[in-house]
Amino acid sequence: MTIASLLAKKGPKVVTVQPEQTIRQALALLAEHNIGALVVVDPESRPIGILSERDVVRAAVRDEAVFTKTVSALMTRDVILGVPQDDLESVGRTMTDKRIRHLPVVDQRRLVGIISIGDVVKAQRDLYRGEVENLQMELTEEHGRPTGR
Amino acid sequence: MTRPGTEAQPLRVAIVGAGPAGFYATDQLFRTPGLVVEVDMYDRVPTPYGLVRAGVAPDHQKIKAVTAAFDKVAANPAFRFFGGVELGRHLSVDDLRAHYHMVLYTTGAQTDRRMGIPGEDLQRSHAATEFVAWYNGHPDYRDLTFDLSQERAAVVGVGNVAADVARILSRTPEELAATDIADYALEALSASRIREVYVLGRRGPAQAAFTNPEVRELGELAGADVTAQPEEVEPDELTRQALERAPDRATQKKIEIIKEYARRTPTAKPRRLVMRFLVSPVELRDDGTGAVGGMRLVKNRLYATATGTLQPKATDQFEDLPVALVFRSVGYRGVPLPGVPFNDDWGVILNAKGRVLDPQTKHPLVGQYTAGWIKRGPTGVIGTNKPDAAETVAGMIEDLARDIHLRPADPSPAAVERLIRERQPQYLSYQDWLRLDEIETRRGRETGKPRVKFTRVKDMLAALGRA
Repeated sequence: MTIASLLAKKGPKVVTVQPEQTIRQALALLAEHNIGALVVVDPESRPIGILSERDVVRAAVRDEAVFTKTVSALMTRDVILGVPQDDLESVGRTMTDKRIRHLPVVDQRRLVGIISIGDVVKAQRDLYRGEVENLQMELTEEHGRPTGR
Repeated sequence: MTRPGTEAQPLRVAIVGAGPAGFYATDQLFRTPGLVVEVDMYDRVPTPYGLVRAGVAPDHQKIKAVTAAFDKVAANPAFRFFGGVELGRHLSVDDLRAHYHMVLYTTGAQTDRRMGIPGEDLQRSHAATEFVAWYNGHPDYRDLTFDLSQERAAVVGVGNVAADVARILSRTPEELAATDIADYALEALSASRIREVYVLGRRGPAQAAFTNPEVRELGELAGADVTAQPEEVEPDELTRQALERAPDRATQKKIEIIKEYARRTPTAKPRRLVMRFLVSPVELRDDGTGAVGGMRLVKNRLYATATGTLQPKATDQFEDLPVALVFRSVGYRGVPLPGVPFNDDWGVILNAKGRVLDPQTKHPLVGQYTAGWIKRGPTGVIGTNKPDAAETVAGMIEDLARDIHLRPADPSPAAVERLIRERQPQYLSYQDWLRLDEIETRRGRETGKPRVKFTRVKDMLAALGRA
């Protein structure tokens, strides 16, 4: 299964922020959309970084003036990007191994979505539940009623 | 007026599409504590069950047992079925909005993805989905023809649908006769002259989507020897590394099964099923008459994307495959419904967790929902639609609690029935279907099959004494 099917039911909305915006503006977006990270994009809407709530927390501990800083000062620049054809399995493994909570997804460099580790866990859980459901159905058929075989 | 969902004012829900997602959603609605709900389910074909009837292979009867659970759901007096009623033809979204508090679309993925190569539209190049619908007796596909007088066929793709198609093409008439395959398909396949069936994967065995029981079945066919090429089934360095990092027994097993196929020496079975890996079709060749006369393949090697997914990359090595019949099985895709926002990127209804979104504002449309393949795309097994439908139904219940629902002018069950009788007098009810089911299974018992399907709408109506 690819991560396209996770994006398919997330709607078209990816909350983004520009690098020159302030941390105060970024925090307002995080709060408004009830999310944990923002994709930082250039004027062509291509991802150039990610700003997570943790980035802000870490900076705030050292610096009272964090609110007026720019997003570019705090964002993580070295971002791993996914593509829609990536397998759910390898995405899950990479996110766990590298402790990434949010994966921006691009198609021909265009930002098409963002996937959280929560999305990955839920998708994997639903796949397992689906398989269990199928197996239970088959068992019920074998033992529950005459099959004619 | 009180909020719907009570004895005085039941919540009225329309479900468009009578496949697994629709039935799982209905079940969830009926199980919601304290909710009084009535469900009307529609399908454009007269019979229920969606792909369980028209998609699941006829030699996989065990999985079709899920229909017993669907029948239980349908036995609820608050459930009605309107078979043979199509959205956009007999009813519009506005009609539904005028009669229901909530509308749920569960129409599945009705078409195939294209390969995007020259020659794809030649004769004898088919969507696997059409072949599947044909051998399963789907009324809209029963009159298709497939040229089974050719000796070599290729199935492009290594998912479970590809495995189904390859298996059905390779089965003996005796094997097929014991299934509920459509009778005209049994006849055509019994006269088939196909001797070789190629199954083509663009990546290696470890990355192939088909599941182990399906792979194993290919090695147990009565009339076909399975084979594979040793150099294509041996995991490459990247695959070995991935498996070392995250050992996965199912994948290991899959590789072992296929490696064993590569070691087999053919016996004298009349057919050969050839599994090929790390190859992609680049062109279908015209035989001079507008039909497929061959296929050009490029060999691939794997590379890792940033997230570690192994993807194919074409090399400069090509190969010609002398096949004259091609089945494309590289994925399904949803079809837009008239009046319902669509997300072209993913081939699904535009939605967030099952709430249909307004394409302009990106906010949820009041009272419109989706579940199943038309919500998330074609992934998972039948049972995967259960948690998927549960997510959507949870959203419906949440919205109801916030009094977000449609305000239909006339929500009475009688009003809808009047409208449908006027627009599509030939519709089938669930009672009608249960009678057809009984006739089909009785005809099956007489001939040693699970059932003999009705494949024409007029035959169904005639059997019900309504033609």
